[in-house]
Amino acid sequence: MKRLLLAALLAGTVFSATSAALAADVSQYIPLPTYRVGAYASSGELWWAGERDYFRYINEVEGGVEGVKLNYEEFETEWSPDRTVEVYERVKAGKDGSPLAFFFTHGTPATYALLEKAAADKIPLIDPAGGKTETVDGTVFPYAFPLLFSYYSQASTGINYIASKVGGFDKLKGLKIATVYHDSAYGRASQPAIDLLAKKYGFENIQIPVADPGNEQSPQWRQVREQKPDWVFLRTWGVSTVVAIKTAQRFGFPADHIIGDVWAGSESDVIPAGKAAIGYSALAPYPGGTDFDIHKRLKAEILDKGKSDLRDQKLFGAVNYNVGLVNAALAVEALRTGYKHFGARPLNGEEGRWAFEHLTIDDARLKQIGFEGLLQPIKITPFDHEGGGAARIQSWDGQKWVLKTDWIKADHELLNPLIKDGAAAYAKEHGITPRTPEAETN
Amino acid sequence: MSMFLETLIGGLLAGTMYSMVAIGFVLIYKASGVFNYAQGSILLFAALTFVSLTDQGVPAFGAIALTIALLVLMAITIERLLLRPLTNRSPMTLFMATLGLSYLVEAVAQGTMGSQVRALDLGIDDLPIFLGDIMISQFDLVAAGVALTLGIALSLLFNRTRIGIQLRGVADDTRAALSLGIDINRIWQIVWAVAGIVGLVAGLLWGARQGVQFSLSLVVLKALPVLIIGGFTSIAGAILGGLIVGASESLAETYIGPFLGGGITPWFAYALALVFLFIRPAGLFGERQIERV
Repeated sequence: MKRLLLAALLAGTVFSATSAALAADVSQYIPLPTYRVGAYASSGELWWAGERDYFRYINEVEGGVEGVKLNYEEFETEWSPDRTVEVYERVKAGKDGSPLAFFFTHGTPATYALLEKAAADKIPLIDPAGGKTETVDGTVFPYAFPLLFSYYSQASTGINYIASKVGGFDKLKGLKIATVYHDSAYGRASQPAIDLLAKKYGFENIQIPVADPGNEQSPQWRQVREQKPDWVFLRTWGVSTVVAIKTAQRFGFPADHIIGDVWAGSESDVIPAGKAAIGYSALAPYPGGTDFDIHKRLKAEILDKGKSDLRDQKLFGAVNYNVGLVNAALAVEALRTGYKHFGARPLNGEEGRWAFEHLTIDDARLKQIGFEGLLQPIKITPFDHEGGGAARIQSWDGQKWVLKTDWIKADHELLNPLIKDGAAAYAKEHGITPRTPEAETN
Repeated sequence: MSMFLETLIGGLLAGTMYSMVAIGFVLIYKASGVFNYAQGSILLFAALTFVSLTDQGVPAFGAIALTIALLVLMAITIERLLLRPLTNRSPMTLFMATLGLSYLVEAVAQGTMGSQVRALDLGIDDLPIFLGDIMISQFDLVAAGVALTLGIALSLLFNRTRIGIQLRGVADDTRAALSLGIDINRIWQIVWAVAGIVGLVAGLLWGARQGVQFSLSLVVLKALPVLIIGGFTSIAGAILGGLIVGASESLAETYIGPFLGGGITPWFAYALALVFLFIRPAGLFGERQIERV
C-alpha cells in the first residue's frame, strides 16, 4: 500500500511537472487581421510593422511576457469587415494549444460586425480609439474594449483644445464650429457628443458631410466659406483628409484653424497636401516621432539588427507605426496583468477580459516600458473600458509633426451619462441585463 | 447668382477630370467592345511608376518617357497573354478577364512600388482665381485645358491618321476589318497603350490633387455614370458626360444636399445615369444597337 501511494505520488509529480513544462512551452496566440494591400494599405503597412516590431522585441529581448512567448499571425483582410469576421471564425478556438485571449479587430466596422458574436463566444474585442462608443460601459458590453480614446472623447478633447486657443470655455459662446465629416458610421459617431458640448458651451454646431471617398469637396468647402465658421473639426479618413486640406486652402480657410481627429492625423494625410497642410493640427492619442524611450530600445534591438518589419526605415516613428506600438503595448500589459493573476500560461477569452478589465498603466510603468509621452496613463475597470480619454495635439510644420500640448482630457463627467444612456438603450433593445461587477468573484 | 455660377463653373471644371478617366474606357470599348475594369488599376500603376521614378531622381520628362514605355510594354503583354487567347469569347468573359487583370496590376503596383501615399507636385498650385465674385480653381482650369487638349489630340488621331481609320474600322466591324487585312492584334496593342497613356495623364492630375495612392484606382467609379450618360463609344460623349456629371453633382450637393442630409454626390451621379438609361440607353453620343430578332 505504501509502495502504491509512493508510486501514485511520483506519477502525480511527474505529470504535473510535465503539464507545467508543456504550458510554459505553449505561446499565447495573437491573430492579427491586417490590410497590407488595398485602399488603406498605406496606414496598415506601418501599423503592422509597429505591432510586429514590439511583439518581436518582447519575445526576443524580454523573453516573452512573464516568460510566455507571443505567437502572432497575420491575416489579410483589405480592411473588409466580412473578411475580418471570417478570420475571427477561423481563429476563435485558438491555435497550437493556446486559446484566444482577445481579438484585435483593427477597424470600427469589423468591431460592429463582431459585437454580438464575440459577446456570445466570450472573446474580448480590442479596438483602441475606435469601436462603438457605448461599449465603454463594460456592464452592458463585457467583451468590447474601445480602449484609450472613444469617439465622444475625441469630440470633447477637440473642443477643449479650441477653448484653450480662444481663451477659455466662456469664449466658446457664439463661436461657429463646423465638423466636416466622412459620411459613415465612423464619421457620424461623434455627433451626439458635439451636440451636447454645443448646448453646454453655446457654440453654433455646423455639420457638413463628405460622402466616401471624398475626392471632390468643392461643394462642402463652399458651404464652409458661406457659413464662416471660426474653427473646423475634421473627421475624415483616407483620401478625404488630403482633399479636405487642399480644398480648404483653395476656399481661403486657414489650416491652423482646422483640428483633425485621430484618423485624420498621420503623415499620409498631410504629405500629399503639401504646403496647404502647414499649421494643420490633429488629435494625437498616438503622437508621431521617435523622441520616446521605446524607440531607442527598438532601434538598438530590432531595427539596427535588421529584424524590423518596416520596409522603409525612414518611416520609423511615423504616426501609424506608433499606433501599432501603442496597441501592441496595451495587449502586452494586459496579458502581463492576466499572467500575474492566473499564472504564466496562455489565457482564454474570459481570463483575457479579466486581464483587460484590471489593466493599469501609471506614469511609473509608462517610464519602465519606455512609453512615457507616447501613451497616456490608463486604468481600465469593468465600468470603464476606455480607461484614458485624452490626447495630445500635434501640428504639421511641413516636414514633421510637432507636439503642441501635453495630454488633454475629455470631459468625462459630461460624456458618461450619454454613454450610459446609449448602453442602456442597447441593453433594452437586445434584452441584456447589465452585469454587476462588484458581485463578481475572480 | 454668383454662388450659382461659381458652383456651376466649379462643377464643370471638376467634370473634366472625370472625363479624362472615362476617355480611357471609351478607347478600349470602341476598339474591342471590352469594358476594361482594369482602367483604374492601370491609372494607379502609371501614376505610381512616374512618382517612383521621380523619387529615384529621374527628371520628370525622363520619368514620363519611361512610364509610357512601360505602359506600351504592358499593352503588348496584355494583348498577347490575355486578349488573344480569349478572341471571340463573350463580352462577359472579357470583362471578367479585365477584372482579374485589375487585381493583378494593383498587387504588382503596390508590391513593387510600396503602398505609402506619395506627394505629387506638378507645379500647379490649387489656388483660387477670382472673376468678380466668382472663384475658380487654378488647378481645375489647367486640368480642363489638359482634358480639352487630350480630347482634340485623340479626335485627330481617330479621324486624321491611318492608324485612326484602322481603329475605327475595327470598331465598326471587326470581321470586315480582318478581311481587309487590318492587323487586329496590333490595333488592340495600340489602343491599350493609348488608353494607358490617357490613364497616365489622368493619374498625374488626380495624383496631384489627392496624392498618389491606392484610392486613385477608385476614381473609375466616377467614370461609369459619365459613360452611361455620354455613351461608351464616343470621346466627345465622355467629355460631355463628364461635364454633365460634374456640374449636376456640384449643384445638387449645394442646393438639394442640405434637404437630404448632405453627402449626396456619389449616388446623385448614378441616379442621373439611371434617368439617362430610361430616356436614351445608348447615351448621348453612343451607337444604337439594332439587332434582328
